[in-house]
Amino acid sequence: MSRGLDRARAALIALLTATAAGSLLMILAGAAPAAVWRALVASALGDGYGVGQVLFRATPLVFTGLAVAVPRRAGLFNIGGEGQLATGALAAAVVAAGLPADVSGWVAVPAALVAAMAGGGMLGAITGALRVCRGTHEVVVAILLNFIVAGVMLWLGNRWLFVGEATRTATIVDGATLPSLGLAGSSASVSVVGAVLAAGVVAWVFARTTVGFTWRAVGTGRAAARAAGLPVRRAQISAMAVGGALAGLAGAHFVLGHKHAFETGLGRGAGFVGVAVALLAQGDALAMIASALVFAILAQGGLGVAATVPKEMFDVLQAVVMLVVAASLGRRARR
Amino acid sequence: MTAVLVSLLTVGFAAQVVRIAIPYVLAALGGTLAERSGVVDLALEAKLLLGAFAAAVVTYETGSIALGIVAAAAAGVAVAAVQAVWSLHLGADQVVTGIALNLGAYGVTRYLLGVRYGQGANSPRIDGLGVGVIASPITWLAAAAAAVIVVGFTWTRLGLRVRAVGERPEAVAAAGVSVVRVRWAALVIGGAVAGLGGAQLSLSTDGFVSEMSGGRGYVALVAVIMSGWRPGRAALLCLAFGCADALQVQLQTQGAGVPAELMQLLPYATALVLLAVWPRRAGQPSALGKPSP
Repeated sequence: MSRGLDRARAALIALLTATAAGSLLMILAGAAPAAVWRALVASALGDGYGVGQVLFRATPLVFTGLAVAVPRRAGLFNIGGEGQLATGALAAAVVAAGLPADVSGWVAVPAALVAAMAGGGMLGAITGALRVCRGTHEVVVAILLNFIVAGVMLWLGNRWLFVGEATRTATIVDGATLPSLGLAGSSASVSVVGAVLAAGVVAWVFARTTVGFTWRAVGTGRAAARAAGLPVRRAQISAMAVGGALAGLAGAHFVLGHKHAFETGLGRGAGFVGVAVALLAQGDALAMIASALVFAILAQGGLGVAATVPKEMFDVLQAVVMLVVAASLGRRARR
Repeated sequence: MTAVLVSLLTVGFAAQVVRIAIPYVLAALGGTLAERSGVVDLALEAKLLLGAFAAAVVTYETGSIALGIVAAAAAGVAVAAVQAVWSLHLGADQVVTGIALNLGAYGVTRYLLGVRYGQGANSPRIDGLGVGVIASPITWLAAAAAAVIVVGFTWTRLGLRVRAVGERPEAVAAAGVSVVRVRWAALVIGGAVAGLGGAQLSLSTDGFVSEMSGGRGYVALVAVIMSGWRPGRAALLCLAFGCADALQVQLQTQGAGVPAELMQLLPYATALVLLAVWPRRAGQPSALGKPSP
């Protein structure tokens, strides 16, 4: 139980520090912190539209947060969320636009989701395999892949997929679209439900399955896991592949639930925010939902006060949260 | 195609390679110092970006390029100081710390540009050093830094201590030398050198542009790893990356029939392929990433 308390305390300290850092940034911008924070929260949660937008922004963050948490459980760091998300989004868009126009949603949506998971999962698997088989640092590989994927997407799009003058693929068929929640004209769609389901499934896999146990054993100590006869390499590659697939689902959320096509820059940044989301949740799959909501409120509210405080405050606070949680975890490990 | 090949043999192209390679070289030298002392240096990207930002803003505000260069080094040191406190005193995960600093540097630069100049995409135009290579002080500072680090690594007491704390920190501690202090020194010097690399990015163009480090810090880290954590070889590998980068610029301007979107990937793709086929982590410092005793 003290583990849970430790985690809650670390998260609380991180949020308090982020509040202090945010206030400092507001003063730097010549604004009064108390008023800006009030306006920020009011703009995010004050009306139905704001709440809907918060849900819309939290949805991909749950997926990209899980995309970091699953490999981390097996001892690997997945910083490739950006590329995995983009690959998943493009795969989903291509499949969902290529289906017959009158296809049923029960076929179209799963087909697009599988494509998204395959696209993101493939990148994750490559990163994991290079780490396990060649000993290359997974962080460096994933960052290089992020850059490479962004360029390849642009090339594929310009060469074959983008329609007309726009950097946008063909619109997906009606059956593949996820209906909007109809929350005061916000962008929230039923993919919110998908995010909650995904967090639940990951929590179940972590707590109740052999796969989850193996990941944790490998993440806690490779040598001990190998000595116990566990398939260390397979576990690490599979964890990275699952992580990539989850980030791919974040891409599918943007395509099926929002834009109904792939666009250049779609969901940009959500992959990196996922790292902060996962750290704040400290690997707990269900806490990921709360963590994603915190960052979604900050992002949505930040837009509301962008006239007084540059919206990049969000990026700074995200880094502050990561640093504070990293310090708390380090101190705990030393005790 | 022949025209392209001929254009590669000119003095102009060689100068272009040097100009483009300097940020890679300086980041890799700084990264080698930090990593040989046992600290994972994933924050090279932050050091380059903040260095570029500080150089441009200080040059613009004071009108002095010299002060801009000093500010770039100071910005690199500031990043290194956070890294040092987090990894040496708080025992934080060095990978997470580095990634947080890189993301934070992106946000901080854009935020400050927004507060000071009303928009976050770039700094005001500055009269920097231009594209000249021979006349640029950073070229010579870079050459001096490379020489001092390569020689100092092998021949000075600090160099020996840095290498020793990366391999057997307990032995160094037993000899009565503070491991934490040696690592601080390696991080601070490495941070200043990497920050200087950032100055080259913004001062050899018209100013700072958001995200202008463009992954060079990570590519430099690839060079560090592939060099077997040896500064001289890391610097030479960075010249090779500079070549690949200059080549893609050249091919794009001359239109060699390869799509521009793919040409831009040449440095990243080269780094990834080399990293994948290279022998496994030969020469990695034994204490890399482990907490200080």
